[in-house]
Amino acid sequence: MKDLCIAGKIFTSRLFLGTGKFSSNTEMQAAVSASGSQLVTVALKRVNRTDPNDDLLSHLVLPGVNLLPNTSGVRNAREAVFAAQLAREALETDWLKLEIHPDPKYLLPDGEETLKAAEELVKLGFKVLPYVQADPVLCKKLEAVGTAAVMPLGAPIGTNNGLRTLDFLQIIIEQSQVPVVVDAGLGAPSHAAWAMEIGADAVLVNTAIAVSPHPVQMAAAFRMAVEAGRMAFEARLAERSVHAEASSPLTLFLNELE
Amino acid sequence: MSFYEEIKKYNWQQVSEQLYRKTGADVTRALARDKLTLDDFQALVSPAAEPFLEQMAQKSRQLTQKRFGKTIQMYIPLYLSNACTNSCVYCGFNHSNRFARTILSLEEVQAEARKIKELGFEHILLVTGEDDKRCGVDYLGQMMEWLHQSFSLISIEVQPLKTLEYQQLKNQGLHTVYIYQETYNEANYKNYHPSGRKSNYRYRLETPDRLGQAGVHKIGLGCLLGLEDWRVDSFFTALHLSYLEKKYWQTKYSLSFPRLRPHAGTFTPRYHVSQRNLVQLICAYRLFNEQLELSLSTREEPRFRDHMLKLGPTSFSAGSKTNPGGYSGGSNTLEQFAVHDDRPPAEIAHTIRQNGYEVVWKDWDQIMQM
Repeated sequence: MKDLCIAGKIFTSRLFLGTGKFSSNTEMQAAVSASGSQLVTVALKRVNRTDPNDDLLSHLVLPGVNLLPNTSGVRNAREAVFAAQLAREALETDWLKLEIHPDPKYLLPDGEETLKAAEELVKLGFKVLPYVQADPVLCKKLEAVGTAAVMPLGAPIGTNNGLRTLDFLQIIIEQSQVPVVVDAGLGAPSHAAWAMEIGADAVLVNTAIAVSPHPVQMAAAFRMAVEAGRMAFEARLAERSVHAEASSPLTLFLNELE
Repeated sequence: MSFYEEIKKYNWQQVSEQLYRKTGADVTRALARDKLTLDDFQALVSPAAEPFLEQMAQKSRQLTQKRFGKTIQMYIPLYLSNACTNSCVYCGFNHSNRFARTILSLEEVQAEARKIKELGFEHILLVTGEDDKRCGVDYLGQMMEWLHQSFSLISIEVQPLKTLEYQQLKNQGLHTVYIYQETYNEANYKNYHPSGRKSNYRYRLETPDRLGQAGVHKIGLGCLLGLEDWRVDSFFTALHLSYLEKKYWQTKYSLSFPRLRPHAGTFTPRYHVSQRNLVQLICAYRLFNEQLELSLSTREEPRFRDHMLKLGPTSFSAGSKTNPGGYSGGSNTLEQFAVHDDRPPAEIAHTIRQNGYEVVWKDWDQIMQM
């Protein structure tokens, strides 16, 4: 399996994890370990920046695991840029999952504000991974301003509905020159495998693992599914075809003419 | 247009009759739906839904876990004052109750804040009686400017304010405003709120509109359960919520369930709301709105709260004192209501964890609103 490279960093695992919704930080830690993930996202709003022993962060000090702070909670570009700078200071990383959702109900990302913030954050030296709608044009624009990847959603966050945006994801994957991470909505390992089979570079999963009655086992299942999907993508799937041949060939007349 | 025009389209009596005519078939239909209408909500809070309580609870737990995970957020009220110019018949702070009124000074608030911090809280709810002259926006702003250095999320439950005043407080660190209509029954409202500014039904009703216009992050709604028929009042609360969600789509919403219970020598509620009723109501809200935050306070007893933490609520208060100065023990002042869960916050947190849920002390940061 090929390694994944984002902003110069090599990942052998293509499964990224969210850290919310777990029944305890201990369980979250065990799930991260079982998933083999090397990149986990942390909501800045959950972190106590003044506490050096913050419980959430101290459970994420794991070998090979990198932190990806996110701006969940901000409603516009201005707030996002401000939060990003504090995240960089507090978590000592310039990696950032840029999330701007002015709609607190469905947490749908605001493309316009995200593009504005991404442009500014890239200039400030951040490695920006923006969470966006599966909007191919927006993804190209984000790539143009220098984001390290794009993270289009598969379905509304937390729904576990799978690849509802499949057609658009395929276009994004086809066109993108930066890694494509399918984020949000993946509810089962089969969804993750499917995303990898169509050529996504990685997936980000949270709810499906955290809310499972057995998060650790589910994390391991996602790990295997992501690997299987990626291997299948690299091996190239056999073309789908209809077995039956047309009963009356349409081009045989050419043999008679030539 | 405000919610006042919207609610005028409904008639209390008609809604009540509609609600009591709901059948088991209406409930079954509501239970089978992914997206519920107000009509479905009405079925779920009707007596016809009572035999379906277990099914409602199962579905409520599942939906809550999906959206919020296995977590409970913690908050604590800080009573700044018990001074009040209203005479609400059910309230301990009633203007006509003769007792010395307390308004905490900044030093006293700081002492309270230190005690509260020691308990581990990051989310704080500032409460006052309604006294716009002595505890107006300037007083609140002053306290908030100091408190926002120590707490991640500041909410208020005070008298209704003007849009501009909410905007001002927002700039001083305000995140959430809880404003309970108490009852949506306009005809009877004045019986419970005979004098003072609170007797103005419409001004109170339009407060969430002003909050939406001011861009306050979160609005907490509720009615005082037991004042009027909780089923009908809850229908109107849900109607209010639906109206607000559509109009102020950038705002977050939360529901609280203050339940009146008879006390010797105090106000006797006309309607009895049992624990079973409360479970039905909480589950109905969850089925109606998966994203809604539901708050359960220390008004409820420990055993009830311990069982409820998986069934729909997403935030708990703990260790609450409902009198100004109650934490630092400096003053023996009058409390607003008696709490029924007086366990220390650490004990409540321990119980939540034992139930396989994570206790979330911090889910906001002041930097998100600068």
